[in-house]
Amino acid sequence: MSSQDRPADSKPAVQSTQESRMEGTDDRFNSKLREAFGSSPFILTKFDQFMNWVRGSSMFMLQFGIACCSIEMMSTYAIKHDLDRFGSGVPRASPRQADVIIVPGTIVSKFAPRMKRVYDQMPEPKFVVSMGSCTISGGPFQQGYNVVKGAEEVIPCDIHVPGCPPRPEALIYGVAKLQERIANGESSPVTVKPYELEQFGDLERDELVDHLAEDIDQETLVMRYNWADSS
Amino acid sequence: MSLEDPRDTEEGRQELVGATEEGVDYDALEDLLGEHVTGRESHVNAEAFVIRPDEVQAVLFALRDQAGFDHLSNLSAQEQEDRYESIYHLKKYDDPTQEVTVVVPTSKRDPRSQSAEPVYRTADWHEREAYDLIGIEYDDHPDLRRILLPETWQGHPMGLDYDKDQPQVVSFENHANPLEEDHQDAESDTMFINIGPHHPATHGVLHLKTVLDGEQIADVEPDIGYLHRCEEQMAQQGKYKKEIMPYPDRWDYSSAGILNEWSYARAAEDLADLEVPEYAQVIRTMGAELSRMAGHMLAVGTFALDVYGDFTAIFQYAFRDREKILNLLEDLTGQRLMFNYLRLGGVAWDLPEPREEYFEKLRDFLDELPQTVEEYHNLLSSNEIFQIRCVDTGVLEPDVAKSYGATGPVARGSGIDYDLRRDDPYGYYPELDWDVITEDGCDNYARVLVRLQEVEQSARIIEQCVDLLAEWPEEDREIQSNVPRTLRPEEDAEIYRAVEAAKGELGIYIRSDGTDSPARFKIRSPCFSNLQTLPELSEGEYVPDMVASLGSLDIILGEVDR
Ligand code: SF4
Repeated sequence: MSSQDRPADSKPAVQSTQESRMEGTDDRFNSKLREAFGSSPFILTKFDQFMNWVRGSSMFMLQFGIACCSIEMMSTYAIKHDLDRFGSGVPRASPRQADVIIVPGTIVSKFAPRMKRVYDQMPEPKFVVSMGSCTISGGPFQQGYNVVKGAEEVIPCDIHVPGCPPRPEALIYGVAKLQERIANGESSPVTVKPYELEQFGDLERDELVDHLAEDIDQETLVMRYNWADSS
Repeated sequence: MSLEDPRDTEEGRQELVGATEEGVDYDALEDLLGEHVTGRESHVNAEAFVIRPDEVQAVLFALRDQAGFDHLSNLSAQEQEDRYESIYHLKKYDDPTQEVTVVVPTSKRDPRSQSAEPVYRTADWHEREAYDLIGIEYDDHPDLRRILLPETWQGHPMGLDYDKDQPQVVSFENHANPLEEDHQDAESDTMFINIGPHHPATHGVLHLKTVLDGEQIADVEPDIGYLHRCEEQMAQQGKYKKEIMPYPDRWDYSSAGILNEWSYARAAEDLADLEVPEYAQVIRTMGAELSRMAGHMLAVGTFALDVYGDFTAIFQYAFRDREKILNLLEDLTGQRLMFNYLRLGGVAWDLPEPREEYFEKLRDFLDELPQTVEEYHNLLSSNEIFQIRCVDTGVLEPDVAKSYGATGPVARGSGIDYDLRRDDPYGYYPELDWDVITEDGCDNYARVLVRLQEVEQSARIIEQCVDLLAEWPEEDREIQSNVPRTLRPEEDAEIYRAVEAAKGELGIYIRSDGTDSPARFKIRSPCFSNLQTLPELSEGEYVPDMVASLGSLDIILGEVDR
């Protein structure tokens, strides 16, 4: 960029913005796309399809870190891998501004209700990329007394990226696949085995619930884990 | 606070009971403790005194004030067939090879012993953890609640008869209404806010319950456990030889994997009496320092992000440099992040072929490093905004740091000259030429400076390792010693061993029961102790300064919660 590298005699050092832009023919509006369309600068498409294409091409990711996988997720956003190249945005800190949540890590009993709440706060349409073995099955910690066996026990997932941790390239591939599916208007079946957030008063009464009745208010939201049922 | 100065008088070390040139004189200590001692055990790392559960404070005060054991390194609690045990591992900041262990057995029926919190502040969280996971109750404890598991959890999962399949209910309370606290009485005008567990500045899933008075922090309480994924249970289920090693990588996951692996390797090797060939030690040392650099780069990059939202320059630069290190580590180990490279008695494989090319890559990286570090100093440490944010904020006085068991760059930033690589030598460190970095600032700035300088020291170490490895005669390149097919350390052998990981002293306590997996595996996490200092750093400061302090503590939640 610096003007010192130029040979002294080639051009005047100072050039007005107008001059520099108007050099040659002004073809700012003659985009490649327009050339491709030929004489008629119109395309016909269904509005839905157009919207899907738009959606897939501009996705805002939620800045959401949980465990080791989030380190690789950060690498994916950062220099070298630069997820932004694929139109999947800069991470947003607020769930209310995000379309996609990447779930990067082990989910444990204390965190699952919070994650569910964050997911609920995202506006529709929203998509979930589950990153790493932990979000598929609990991964290396599947046997842990405190570990939820996969993100799908709590929220629905669109794409699973396997690995422990997946390489940034794998995550990019996962996100690109998601974009492709969104652009094609495909959606995943919702396969949540839901650990729901519900009011304590609505839980079926059993020994445990009776035992806790003194400590927990009827209206407090709770998540009940039936560890024996989750595989 | 019931803190007394560890050594009220400046009598010097000669006066300390039991401190001799050759190590600790345990008989002298036993005389000092007199009737408190009801038995004596030999652990692999130190002698242990068994004491009564209601005399914990008297014993620990004596050991701290008269024998100079000012560092409560760890508390390992466990349930055995016939009793509960709390094991206090004590060390000295001046000389961590001087260790003593205090074992407090309690009955099965009523597991109750006296709290050590008045002696060492750090016992607060350690005892809460022991209560949470094992079920031992501590009298006199200021606030004995669950720490890692949710309040409503039933049972103590590391106890012997815990049923893993029993259902649990976890409550999700809404924000406490700020106005409620606001109007508690006519005078007060404090406000309660939740920071986290989903928040960009908390470095993961940490929840800070913060009470503000105007803009200043009146009270902050870290609420942890959002990433408690049962690392100790996992290790206790695994077999010594190969099944435990993958987990340490996942404690401190800031690419500091090899450092963590080494902590397990060191403890298990000493427990089972395994040799490690020198050549393997050099490779370990080199790999460990590469890991440390990557970890510190992440710390510096995210710190810049915290302090002035610098996503575009320093954060990206730090990641650029990390990528270089990760490439080198990947060549060495085959993985970018979860290396699983160390083996008991050596390493998994030799350096990548062609060796010359690998050395070339390493040397190129090291040649560029001085400019890189210079760049950080230009962008970061000599930046005026940065200095305004960091100098004299988050002050941690050395004696407070010691009482909380702070280690690593956090301690060294408070002028505590404590580095296990030098003070409790292992690996190839004693043969190499490098310095322990300390800074006297005690503030956020000092902690960052320590990390940046440690990167340079790591580079020095790696450089020497590369030279050694390049010269190493081909016939002596032994990467693994002879290790039996199944490892069964002696029954009832106990050990506590620590290494200097990226964040500080990472220790492992193992008790063997004669089988091929540990009966108890306890992790002493440096981040756990370091995070405990946060209230000290930030009370009375502004919220942004607390965020800076949190960043400068450089915690990794995977290691805090384990
Ligand atoms: S999948 Fe592996 S790397 Fe990812 S969070 Fe789980 S343990 Fe960590």
